[in-house]
Amino acid sequence: MSRYIATRAIRGANYIVNEAEKMLQKAIQELGPEAKVAFPNTAYYLPVIYGLTGIQVTKLKDLEKVLEIAKSLLHPIPDDKHWLPYLGETLDCGAATLLAEEAIEGIRFAYGLEPEKITWGGYYVPSASFTAPDFMKGEEGTRLNGPIDDAQMRAWGIQLVDGRMPGFAAIVGCAKSNEVAVQIIRELQQRNILIFLSGNVNGRSIIHQLMEEGVEMGYDTYIVPFGTDTISAIYALGFATRSALSFGGLKPGQAKEILLYNKYRVFAFVLALGEVDDLKYATAAGAINYGFPVIADTIIPQILPTGVTQYEHVISMPFDDIEGKDDLERARRLVEKCIEVRGVKVKIAKIDIPVPYGSAFEGERVRRQDMRVEFGGKDSRCFEYLYMKPMEEVEDGKVEVIGPDFDQIPEGGAMDMGIIVEVAGRKMQKDFEPVLERQIHYFINGASGIQHIGQRDIAWIRISKKAAQAGFKLEHFGKILHARFHSDFGAIVDKVQVKIITDKDLMAEWLQKAREAYNFRNRRLEEMTDESVEEFYSCTLCQSFAPNHVCIISPERLGLCGAYNWLDCKASHQINPTGPNQPVPKGKVLDEWKGYFEGVNRFVKQASHGTVDQVAMYSIMENPMTACGCFECIMMVIPEANGFMVVSREDPSMTPAGMTFSTLAGMAGGGLQTPGVMGIGKYFLLSKKFIRADGGFKRIVWMSSFLKETMKEELQKVCEREGDPDLLDKIADERVATTVEELLAYLEEKGHPALTMPPLF
Amino acid sequence: MSGNGYKSIDPAAQEMLRIAEEEGYETVFSRAEEIKPCPIGRDGACCKHCFMGPCRLVGKTTRGVCGATLDTVVARNLARAIAAGAASHGDHGRDMALTLLAAAEGEAPDYQVKDLQKLLEVADILGVPYRDRDEKEIARDVALKILAEFGQQKGELTYLKRAPLRRQEIWRKLGIAPRGIDREVVDLLHRTHIGNDQDAEHLLLGAMRCALADGWGGSMFSTDITDILFGSPAPLKTRANLGALKEDEVNIIVHGHEPLFSEMMVLAVNDPELIEYARSKGAKGINLAGICCTANETLMRQGIPTVGNFLSQELALLTGAVDLMAVDVQCIMQALVPLAEQFHTKFVTTSPKVRIKGAIHVEFDESRALEIAKELVKMAIDNFPNRGKVRIPKHVSEVVAGFSHEYITYALGGYYRASFRPLNDAVIQGRIRGVAGVVGCNNPRSTQDYAHEYIVRELIKNDVLVVQTGCGAIASAKYGMMLPEMMEEVGPGLREICEATGLPPVLHMGSCVDNTRILTVASQMATEGGLGEDIADLPAVGIAPEWMSEKALAIGTYFAASGVYVLFGVGSPIKASEEVQRIMSEGWERTVGGKLEFVEDPEEIVRRALEHIDKKRAALGLEEYNPAKFGKSGDRLMLQFLKALEEGKEVSLYSAKSLLGA
Repeated sequence: MSRYIATRAIRGANYIVNEAEKMLQKAIQELGPEAKVAFPNTAYYLPVIYGLTGIQVTKLKDLEKVLEIAKSLLHPIPDDKHWLPYLGETLDCGAATLLAEEAIEGIRFAYGLEPEKITWGGYYVPSASFTAPDFMKGEEGTRLNGPIDDAQMRAWGIQLVDGRMPGFAAIVGCAKSNEVAVQIIRELQQRNILIFLSGNVNGRSIIHQLMEEGVEMGYDTYIVPFGTDTISAIYALGFATRSALSFGGLKPGQAKEILLYNKYRVFAFVLALGEVDDLKYATAAGAINYGFPVIADTIIPQILPTGVTQYEHVISMPFDDIEGKDDLERARRLVEKCIEVRGVKVKIAKIDIPVPYGSAFEGERVRRQDMRVEFGGKDSRCFEYLYMKPMEEVEDGKVEVIGPDFDQIPEGGAMDMGIIVEVAGRKMQKDFEPVLERQIHYFINGASGIQHIGQRDIAWIRISKKAAQAGFKLEHFGKILHARFHSDFGAIVDKVQVKIITDKDLMAEWLQKAREAYNFRNRRLEEMTDESVEEFYSCTLCQSFAPNHVCIISPERLGLCGAYNWLDCKASHQINPTGPNQPVPKGKVLDEWKGYFEGVNRFVKQASHGTVDQVAMYSIMENPMTACGCFECIMMVIPEANGFMVVSREDPSMTPAGMTFSTLAGMAGGGLQTPGVMGIGKYFLLSKKFIRADGGFKRIVWMSSFLKETMKEELQKVCEREGDPDLLDKIADERVATTVEELLAYLEEKGHPALTMPPLF
Repeated sequence: MSGNGYKSIDPAAQEMLRIAEEEGYETVFSRAEEIKPCPIGRDGACCKHCFMGPCRLVGKTTRGVCGATLDTVVARNLARAIAAGAASHGDHGRDMALTLLAAAEGEAPDYQVKDLQKLLEVADILGVPYRDRDEKEIARDVALKILAEFGQQKGELTYLKRAPLRRQEIWRKLGIAPRGIDREVVDLLHRTHIGNDQDAEHLLLGAMRCALADGWGGSMFSTDITDILFGSPAPLKTRANLGALKEDEVNIIVHGHEPLFSEMMVLAVNDPELIEYARSKGAKGINLAGICCTANETLMRQGIPTVGNFLSQELALLTGAVDLMAVDVQCIMQALVPLAEQFHTKFVTTSPKVRIKGAIHVEFDESRALEIAKELVKMAIDNFPNRGKVRIPKHVSEVVAGFSHEYITYALGGYYRASFRPLNDAVIQGRIRGVAGVVGCNNPRSTQDYAHEYIVRELIKNDVLVVQTGCGAIASAKYGMMLPEMMEEVGPGLREICEATGLPPVLHMGSCVDNTRILTVASQMATEGGLGEDIADLPAVGIAPEWMSEKALAIGTYFAASGVYVLFGVGSPIKASEEVQRIMSEGWERTVGGKLEFVEDPEEIVRRALEHIDKKRAALGLEEYNPAKFGKSGDRLMLQFLKALEEGKEVSLYSAKSLLGA
């Protein structure tokens, strides 16, 4: 801090705490002390308050204690002459500001005023996961995002830990121009940095700027508009607090640990655009408690010494003074500086294509009316196939388009296409083919204005009008794939060539070859069992977040995040031999049925730093595998039903366990072994080894309908394998049972096998 | 005499000294001129430990009557002084512990636990159970546990574990981990008796052990208990120098070292009845001020002004404005009594340990502490109308003080993020080149405050953060060096830290027993990370530029034994033995990592201090100190912008170019 900043931040803090108190008194008068206060879809109450003070706010009256604490953290502004020290005092005022701001948002929720309503004519799809491109239109008068829900946070978890998503930028205010606003956002997106938007300068917010420029905002594009006032910036810190609670295994009230966790593990910064007022200074002081530095594009005092933050505390980069030929270049430099100040190297894929590129664009949709052309879907076919060839048969960097490009296709039309990727490499193995092939989806999606869904012969690709206008052609798919396979898999891939086929005859011929390969791979995967290999793989990727958690990944049990199976780990180990995926020799089999292996136990004990002694690979009731927090599903025992329920991350509803996914997640994560509770990847449900020791799939008495619907065919096969073809229908879901009583009634009615299985306890 | 040729650089002191000279008052300054120091005793070469002597080991005499060598004699003399110093601090600490016990047992109703948090922390360190227990019970057990450590015969003092592990190992390896506070004093007195320990190196090991029992025992307990009873200091503003006396108010001065009595005086002078009584006697109010470390104690916690350090005690009386001076223990000159007799000043001794012939004695009794304090205040008020000529110098400086180590941790991160990380970072990056404790007394053998002021100013100019206690702290306070504005006169890196935190570049950490706060800060810096693993690894020095007391020697020795390079000014009490000098310098540096050297010239002290700091920086592999890299942050540009805006100039928030050009 400096005395100027301290003065303004402390003034802002005193103001907002006072304001919060007045609001609370009024709200208690109008709504009553018992009025409900909650953020949607979170198990962490008002998360900053919960994290810093341990108080579970559920009613208006709970906020009284919170504001008492906030008041106790306030200090007077420093004198002009012979001032007393102010750094600690300002940080405390910052913390008080955060408590007050979150209390205010809580009160607004109680009134139904949050998330903030905003009116415009552009496209903005609030927080929907991507299923189909045309399902949602821009809507006038809809609400901004408000706080991020737990499910989304967990969905991002794995990306945050594996570095695909380096962190978040909390942007507060309004950029110098719309052009600059868009450029800043694009620069951050290209680096895959999550973008949280809030605040305004004289009523105008960067959210307005982006809306005017037609920038798509939402979870899928990594741009989350919280609200147009500074107070809504609190949601960024709520996100940060929850990441410490859910991934760091920290307990509410462990304020210092939560803040330090963020300082050391969460890459985030505040970018203050435009004039900084008292409340922004106060909020920034709160953010500095988390170790998040502040960068401003205007003149403000710089604080270059370090300590509370890892690098400089406050940086001022008056926008017009940034070196650069135009504002766009200056915007880029500004973002570069932000990243430098936070001290993380961000790799940007430099790919020679005419549109911006980065995984933030992965979630971008191309709606039918914006579409230039599509491949696959209803009206055409599209497939992709990757295979290895001998070194001499691959010419690195060669991209052939065989057949016509899409320029002859009418606007909005469809055409057939096959993408063939031929790779060679000394360390390449046939087993890695499907691992690499699956990457095509992510690689192609990274281009702005291009959308990719599906895989293999059900791939579906769209090119937007904007991208086509910018000069995007079919050959660019090849360029993308060549560049990305080299940058991401350079350790196993030496050469890459790509054929883009639109020629009818060749298309048919190659599709045939590809399908043979898909079948072969399916069989190979089915053949691969835990018994058929000598070693499993570890995954300690999440230890940066959950320091004591370790995943053991076997051919028949994939990682709980769903992102890593045994082959992925094997390939990853080849790419980075000292990385998070290490071979774990099974060693002596201690108990084949339950899945105890001497080598696994030894590894887990060491890698969990002694917190976990042993793991039963195929049991949930006995030494189950721990979880970081990124799980796709949570399983939990329902003693009354003699079975287990499976809740998916996408399911916000109440479960028979009396808890929602979010609340359960608090029990399942953080690297703790809790018999009866386990986080899993959803495809583990299909495994023959799935909780084999506890009775297998037949023990599933309740399952989120989302899983039943999206994995219908696969699950049906499992039911048949288990000798009960009607089993899926006997399993309850949230539509029929959200209490144990309802569940038992349903199971009785359907005659679920778990009821007659041996007792679990 | 080093200095500027004056007796003091303090303008208020100079003014009073002129009066003393013109009107023929005797002071410590004039006596120092009359009494030349005995050169043999000064250099440590006179042995009077038995009645076969005294033996003066000078010239051809290389052995005493008993055969003791010069090295033995010099080391033994120093060791005795250290024992006396340690005993003084220890006894001070014991009185604090006894008062805590009395308070806990309800026998000292005017004292309460004021800082519960600190009590719990201390209980935790001492292993006293505190969960779900009554505050008084905890306080009693803490007091009993501490008192037990005074009489402890075996084992180790509990507080040693507050030092970095590496440091504890060194002490244990050398066999100098103190066993009990009193035991080490007695042990050292025994050893220095005729016919005992007669190996200089071994004697000095014993001296270190005794000194450690002071630093990590008596003094540290004293600081902690004082915080428990009267609150841990936090920043506040007050004033320093004779100008703090008030012509129209009843002036009471507390002088000495223990806060037990002075804290009661603070309560008494705020008593509305007494204030009213003062008014009835024609005074506008009651003004309490302090001298020496009693002043530091009440200044740090209550913002009571100080009128000066050790050499100013007589000068305060010369103003004719002191209606009563009440003293407790240590550093109280006997000369005060005859001097007070020449004015209307009532001079009162209060400690059962300290009586001065001719003084009024009102013995302090903790069971009716406030009552006694009120009696004294009343005595002062009654004396107010008896004033003669009053001459109060105008000089007084504002001061920001109150830096307990607890507050410094808070200052660097607030309630939630309190830590030494920012300080360590600043040292690692070179914004702060190193840290210096500049402490100790005044000594009329060198110009009052000259060396203090010079050394502190030079160090902060060189980006060395300065922490101070005792009379050294009062010196800086008098010259405005403890104000945050002082950042304008320091190196660019330190300035950035001052501006980022609001801390002044020179921190007042309390009285001379509070040197233990510096030990705690050093331990925390060493364990925070990035600056090695031990106090000896830190780029830090300790300096006592104008020392004179035996307590100072004990302090210097416990710092050296804790791994710090300590420099003492004025002159050397071990000058007679090169061997003893070698042992305490290179010898100790090899064994305990710290050393104690006596260097008369303040410039040389600064040179050696900076050289040592840079040596430690290099050993840690830190970047070479380069002030040119720093100084680019802070308010300056923003204030320029606001000024330009106010002046109606055309400026843009998005560009600083026009401002920088201007």
